[in-house]
Amino acid sequence: MTQAAGDSDLWTLVVIVGLAGVTVLTRCFFFILDRPWGLPDWAHRALHYAPAAALAAVIAPEIVMTQGHLIATWQDARLYGAVAGAAYFFWRRGVLGTMLAGMAVYLPLHLGLGW
Amino acid sequence: MFFLPSIRRRPEFREGMRDMFPVAIGLGAWGLMTGVAMVKSGLSVFESIAMTLLVYAGSSQLAALPLLVAGAPMWVILATGFCVNLRFVVFSLHLRPYLMHMPRWRRLAHGYLTVDMTYALFTRRYAQPPASAAEKDAQEAYLAGNCCMTWCAWISMSLLGIALSNFIPQRWGLGFAGVLSLVAVVCAMASTRLRLLAALVAGGTAVAAFALPFKLNIVAGIAVAVFLCFRLEKQFRLDPNIEDER
Repeated sequence: MTQAAGDSDLWTLVVIVGLAGVTVLTRCFFFILDRPWGLPDWAHRALHYAPAAALAAVIAPEIVMTQGHLIATWQDARLYGAVAGAAYFFWRRGVLGTMLAGMAVYLPLHLGLGW
Repeated sequence: MFFLPSIRRRPEFREGMRDMFPVAIGLGAWGLMTGVAMVKSGLSVFESIAMTLLVYAGSSQLAALPLLVAGAPMWVILATGFCVNLRFVVFSLHLRPYLMHMPRWRRLAHGYLTVDMTYALFTRRYAQPPASAAEKDAQEAYLAGNCCMTWCAWISMSLLGIALSNFIPQRWGLGFAGVLSLVAVVCAMASTRLRLLAALVAGGTAVAAFALPFKLNIVAGIAVAVFLCFRLEKQFRLDPNIEDER
């Protein structure tokens, strides 16, 4: 990336291989070693909350922030898309339906009204 | 581990593929836009393809792009990827008893291919680790079916996105479809009052702490939510296992 756009360079490829290593390390973290290891009690309890917390932490900024700032307007298609998606989920369940319901609200607002 | 015919022949493999299909469509849309985003941000086509095939983690790929463009130091990019992926460390803790009966290379292959949706679907289908040899095989085949569907959807649509990147304008915002499919997964995971609270608190904290470097706002969100739930458990003597059954 230090060269002109469109060129591949070694540094970027090394970073990409490094990121692949990070993927393996994090996804396999607790079962890389054969040796059994006892888990502290707090880690067991954290399992009940951490996954939902982690995903919510990833998506919340994607819905209510732009360029690192909280959006200051209600005219943002993402808000209505996310609410419509969540409402659909609690009504009918299902990931695909949630996505379609959300996009059905998001796309007209985003492309039609420019929100 | 869908490349092993012995796994592919089991009925649970097809079941795992089928259960994952609706999720994979949303994931595919997300992959499509990630493919577009990689090329648009300035990666070469070769680099974009290498990233798709090797990294196989949408949120860490997307988080790495602005840092690559800015020429950030390598350790910063890798540390960011680690933080964004920290939820997988938690998932791996949960998956350990399900996979420990396998040889290491097989565990690593399953682990590498297990993404958010695979984890959510697999642990919902099998609440307990396998006890018998038959259960071990059935669970492995189901997991492999899940992984096969997500891998095919993500890789094919990412590559399509790279190919089409000059024709799909980013302003369409199709990447939002990926966020929406994660909304459904969070709603499914927030199955108890405390888990719902954890999700809301983590989301709020991640937004409030957005200015933290290296995407540490996500780690902060997890930490605050988990500690708050621990306190509430203690204060009201709630048992998370009993809460689960409500």
